[in-house]
Amino acid sequence: MTQQFYVSPEQLMKDRADFARKGIARGRSVAVISCADGIALVAENPSPSLHKIGEIYDKIAFAAVGKYNEFESLRQAGVRYADVRGYSYDREDVTARGLASVYAQSLGAVFTAEQKPFEVELAVAEVGPTQAEDHLYRLTFDGSIADEHQFVVMGGQADKVSSAIDEGWRSSLSFADALRLAMAALVPATESDAQPKALPATAVEVAVLDRQSESSRGSRRAFRRLDDADITALLA
Amino acid sequence: MQESTANRVAANATSSFTEHLQRDRPELLPYNRGLQSAAPGAAPLQVPHATTIVALSYAGGVLMAGDRRATMGNVIASRHIEKVFPADRYSVLGIAGTAGIAIDLTRLFQVELEHYEKIEGTLLSLEGKANRLGAMIRGNLPLALQGLAVVPLFAGFDTSAGVGRLFSYDVTGGRYEEHEHHTVGSGSVFARGALKKLWRPNLNEAEAVSVAVEALYDAADDDSATGGPDTVRKLWPVIYTVDRTGARRVAENELAAAATNVIESRTNAGREA
Repeated sequence: MTQQFYVSPEQLMKDRADFARKGIARGRSVAVISCADGIALVAENPSPSLHKIGEIYDKIAFAAVGKYNEFESLRQAGVRYADVRGYSYDREDVTARGLASVYAQSLGAVFTAEQKPFEVELAVAEVGPTQAEDHLYRLTFDGSIADEHQFVVMGGQADKVSSAIDEGWRSSLSFADALRLAMAALVPATESDAQPKALPATAVEVAVLDRQSESSRGSRRAFRRLDDADITALLA
Repeated sequence: MQESTANRVAANATSSFTEHLQRDRPELLPYNRGLQSAAPGAAPLQVPHATTIVALSYAGGVLMAGDRRATMGNVIASRHIEKVFPADRYSVLGIAGTAGIAIDLTRLFQVELEHYEKIEGTLLSLEGKANRLGAMIRGNLPLALQGLAVVPLFAGFDTSAGVGRLFSYDVTGGRYEEHEHHTVGSGSVFARGALKKLWRPNLNEAEAVSVAVEALYDAADDDSATGGPDTVRKLWPVIYTVDRTGARRVAENELAAAATNVIESRTNAGREA
């Protein structure tokens, strides 16, 4: 009969956190940038169909790094939560804050109660009528939630990417500027010593939350996914 | 053990908002509110009824129009009600029957289509949308048997085939594709008669709008539950067109012009209908 060894709760939590951090650090980075035109979400992602960025509701988007199956189940749960809430109350009663707190609770519950924690990090972004009313939330694997301003970077080289974006960030950035800034910052670390090669449009996944979607596109849904042609046109 | 987990995950994977509600929040479905069965011989429930909807195809798209009246027995319940709604970017639906349930069903259908699009990352096919609507109407059958029927009309642009298409339904959820034009609601017989004379192939969009307005005018002329254009309150029918570029609500001033034209030409003719 095998003997169960005693492991202190501190050690147990530390082991779980280390495990989750390792999983996330292997992945590529995602940047969510609040700018004058709205919020730009840029992920380094060569797959055109397995998305790291998704639409949750009219003004709310989702971005994630880590294990695809885990964040995809969270994304779908978020869409269900938002749609049920909007259907039973009203569309304007769906907020990023409500969604982020549900995510924090689920991530926290999985971290303490399940066999293994989720190896994911999430960002929930809500575009407001003005830049001051934009909301960016970062959620980590243990359920901690942080209210961020200006931009959020997650994933493998989060520190490097984050400091690169910090240098170039201004509140007056347009979508094109924000995309250029993110593309320059996301260049893989291995190539950073030599002259960094710019990422091709096919290597990134880009979506935006349009601040003026009602007037410019006549749609209350602010989320718009950009295809390779849109990205190239925007960068030109 | 592992297999049962896999089965459970697969069984729980749904892109349908209605299925999700059925499983987790059945009380939110419009047709799941338990209704006491009415005592035999009891008077039927008096609730607002939405009336006439017409839909017709034109060169490059389809159009749907609805009058603005809801009635409750012999009383006008609303002069402002809107009965034609955009379902998503490429489709619209109009509703006739019990207004309260119909409006809730419309909301559910709109969320259903958007939910599918967000979960799957792609739009549902037009046939798929039409089938989902049929399933919702079938779900309402128990209430329809108690007199709270909802009968929709569905129109959309089939982006893969490049044509506008029309679908009608019966209370059991039966779905029928219609060609050229179709009408539902209390004034539908009269509107249909008008459409048979007014509709012709390859109408352009402006002509199609005035044909729809005139058909509703004829329906209102003979059916007391259908409202005609109201020049006093400036109330015109609600019309949506759907073509390759998507669904568009026809502007108030275009409708006002079309309605005034019909009234003027009838006044000038000075004939009994």
